[in-house]
Parts: sequence; structure tokens; C-alpha cells
Amino acid sequence: MQYFQKELETMSADQKKVLQSERLVKMVKYVYENQKPYRAKMDAIKLKPDDIKSIDDIYKLPYTVKQDLRDAYPFGMMARSKKDLVRLHASSATTGKLTVAGYTMNDIDVWGECAARSLVMAGADEDSIIHVAYGYGLFTGGLGMHYGGEKLGACVVPASAGNTQKQIQLITDFGADIICCTPSYIIYLAEEFEKMGLKPGVDLKLKGGVFGAEAWSENMRADIEKRLGIRACDIYGLSEIAGPGVACDCEYKTGMHFQDDHFYPEIVDVDTLEQLPIGESGELVITTLTKEGMPLLRYRTRDIASLNADPCPCGRTTIKLNKITGRSDDMLIIRGVNVFPSQIESVLLKNHNIEPHYHINVDRVNNLDTMEIVVELSPHISIDQVEDVEAIRKKLTSEMASALSVSAKITLVSPGTVERSEGKAKRITDRRKL
Amino acid sequence: MIKQIAVFLENREGRVSECCKALKDAGVNLCSMSIADSKEFGILRIHTDNNELAHVTLKKAGFLSTMVDLVAIEVPDTPGALADILIQLCDGGVNIDYMYSFANASGHAQIGFKTETPEKAIVILEKLGVKMI
Repeated sequence: MQYFQKELETMSADQKKVLQSERLVKMVKYVYENQKPYRAKMDAIKLKPDDIKSIDDIYKLPYTVKQDLRDAYPFGMMARSKKDLVRLHASSATTGKLTVAGYTMNDIDVWGECAARSLVMAGADEDSIIHVAYGYGLFTGGLGMHYGGEKLGACVVPASAGNTQKQIQLITDFGADIICCTPSYIIYLAEEFEKMGLKPGVDLKLKGGVFGAEAWSENMRADIEKRLGIRACDIYGLSEIAGPGVACDCEYKTGMHFQDDHFYPEIVDVDTLEQLPIGESGELVITTLTKEGMPLLRYRTRDIASLNADPCPCGRTTIKLNKITGRSDDMLIIRGVNVFPSQIESVLLKNHNIEPHYHINVDRVNNLDTMEIVVELSPHISIDQVEDVEAIRKKLTSEMASALSVSAKITLVSPGTVERSEGKAKRITDRRKL
Repeated sequence: MIKQIAVFLENREGRVSECCKALKDAGVNLCSMSIADSKEFGILRIHTDNNELAHVTLKKAGFLSTMVDLVAIEVPDTPGALADILIQLCDGGVNIDYMYSFANASGHAQIGFKTETPEKAIVILEKLGVKMI
């Protein structure tokens, strides 16, 4: 199977532009009429829906930022009533509040189609057994790939995350040929396969996988492909726009094919917010062209990347997204979970045994992300036994895990020993080599 | 009863010497020390000739220092002397959190211990005629 939706994936540049223009004009009218916060933004600069006549006018539109979503928590950005919404996803945001995304049935269908296109790029077809080891839940990974697999007509194994021994049993016994999970987890699985003496091509039928939700390098790709003998595709998505499937690598890996009939990407300069020409690196901005539940116009993703329009031997004509190289904010992605330093701060401020001074060390050990939070003990507490310190650490560890949805190692140090800096504090050391 | 100072020390090179240097600079003399440690940090427990000064000095130097009361006793330097006392304390329901011995030139062993119920311990020790410091 070469394509999931050949006509849409291989349309000519002219056809694409007409389609994008038609959809954008309609989308701007729809948002203006149904999404109050954005209407206010347009009114503030006296921009009327009629001023947007084609995709070339997109630069005139104001940006939507994550703060807009937070201010409108939970449903202020929805353009449809609860009657039409069929699903809510959410991801963590800086203030402890969640960023919510609402989907209509049509949105779920479109997302599923994009995920199905991605699975085909990884080598899947109707006969595939697709093992989904992304977490199922508010996080979009699991359900996104699940619906994609079903759209494709393949057979989906909703394994979800965790319990590696069970995962391995399912993968081998069911003969999964396609797997979906984070890149660090597939490497972990590869190591486990090796330990158990399971050989690719003999005991394992895997031939491809889509791996996303965290940044990974070409070196990691080479490692995964060599160890497992599979096609390893990077997949991009974010819950505000749609989960995984917004863009994905094909077999030629010339950049992730961006499903630009539904999602229009731009790269903008982080400082001036001017649109940058194709090829230059900047912040990825996405406009949804067909979304109904929570359409977003020029949404600033905070992901730093570049686009390329080079023709791809696979025949798909979409624009392509090169690997994400960083973030324009202080968000960390730890084992696929978004972590904001401000979430850590709010936990520390509530605990009186410690000071709100901290440093975060992020590393990747055996291909799994680790996070250590170094925290100062308060000078006002009394400690004369090891158990006193262990009790404080245990309490803080569990408070942190429940606030961040990902575990962190807590290291307690003497008051005054965490480095203070003038101006913007350097609170994060990220030693992950990507 | 005597005062003891407990100092939190993260497991980092030079941390004990930094602590000792601060005390040296303040002219404080150490009488005893004991360290309880875990993989990542230790609790240094010291008794000095000027505990108030030592406590203030360490706090000023940025150490997390806690002043703690210890019951301190003098034990004859003979086999079983400490055991006899501890058996009585145990029978009397006194639970000892930790204990260690002090340096001295008296020919007797000096022992300090921490308990949640020092009053109870003192009553028992007085009954036994144990010399307290």
C-alpha cells in the first residue's frame, strides 16, 4: 500500500493552493463567528474575515498562543457546543491548569485519516497488526494512533504504556508488524528483545514504526533501524491541533510530510514574529484548515523547526517539516510528558520544609529520560536523623509525581547551595544528547 | 543533659571539612562526633565546648544546623556496664534513637543518646545511680 488517500496526498501545488485558500477563507469566517477570543483579536486590529481572500493573506491574521487557551479554560476556545463535541483531550500547562482541546466527530475522523496516512508511510496496510504502546488517555498518543489504525482497516492492539513483559508477549504472539510508541521506549524494547534472545525477522515480525511525543536524533533513528531491522518514522502532533499524525516521515525520510490540506504550517521569527521563507529555522505556527471543535488560527506551537519543499521520491506533494530542534519556551518534554518549571515551583512553594530554590537536571540514561530536581532544605527546620530527611524527600517525591504526571528524583541540599543567578535564572541543565 | 548539634551535609566533596573549618575559625573545640549517612547525604552530630557559638557559626556559614538535647551519662570502664544500664532503660520503656561515645580523659566512658522521653530516662538513670553529665 503506497498511500492512504492518494488524491489528497499527491495533489499538485496549484490544486493544493486552491484547496488551502478555499478552506482558509471559510475557516476564518467560521472562527470569527464562533470563537469569541479570536474575534476580539481580529476586531482589535480591524481585520474582517473578508480581508482574507487566499492562503497568501494568512500573514495578516493575529497569532493564537497557549495563554489564550489557558485564559479560555476550559471551553472558551470551542467553536461548537457540547452537543457537537465528542472528545476532550488535555495536556499540562504552566500554571497547573490544563490545555484542553475539544473534537467533533468530524475532527476525530480527520485526525484518524492523518494518523492512517502516517501508518501507511511507516509500511502499514489493511493486513497489519498495529501495536500501540503509547499511553491511552488524555494524552493524544494512544487514541490517536488507535483511530488511525482502525481507519486504515488494520488490526489494532491497544496495549497502552507500561508492563514491558506483557508488551513483548503481545508483540511476539500476535506478530505485530507495526509499532507506535516513544523513541526512547522502542530502544528500551529493542534491548529487552536482545536480552531475551528474540531475533528481528525470526521471532519478531516488526517492519515499521511511528515514534513521537519526544525529540530524537538521526543517530537514534539509525540505531533503532539497525537493531530492529525496521523503518523508523518520526511523527509529529500536538493535542491543541490534533495528536500524532499532523506530520510524519515516509520511507525516504526527507522531512515529515505535513498534512497541509488540513493543517497549514508557517515558520516565523521568534523575536519579530515575521513569517520566514521556507528552509529557515524558527517557531512553527499552525493554522487548522478544517477543524470544527477547536479551530486555531496561526497557533504558535513553541516548537523550533524548519520546513522544506523539496520533492520527495515517495510522490507525496506536501510540504515537509524537518526534525524539531528545540523549544522557544522553557517547557521540557520528559518521557513524552510536558513539564513546565513553573509546575515544579508551585509544588515547592506549598511545602514548608524546603526553599523554592531548585535546579533541574535532565539526562537520558539507557535511552530513557531522567529528571532530577535539586532542592534546598529550609534553614528553619530541625533535622538530626536520616529518617527526617528521607521523610521530607518521600513526601516531596510523591507531591511532584502527582503534579507532573512523571516521576522525578528529588535530591535535597543545604540551604543556599543552589546557584542563584541575576536576571533570568538558569534552572535547567539538559544533558540529553540528541 | 547536654546539647548536641546536628548538621545536614549533602554528599559532596569537601563538605565535612568546610563544616570543621567554620568551627575552627570560630575557635570552637570538638568533643565528639558521629555521622549517620545515607547514599546521598549525611547527618553530622557533634558536641563541642561551646555549642551555642557552634550552632550560630554553622547557621551563618549556610549549614542546616539543629540543636538537640541528649541525655549524657558516665559509664564505668568495665565489661557489661553499659549493657546493664541499657537493659534497665529498655525495661523502663525508654526508646533510644541513636547514641555515641565521647572523648574524655577520665577513665570512664562517656555516652550520649537521643530519646523521645528524656525525663523517663533520667528517672531510671537516677535510680540506678548512673552519673549524668
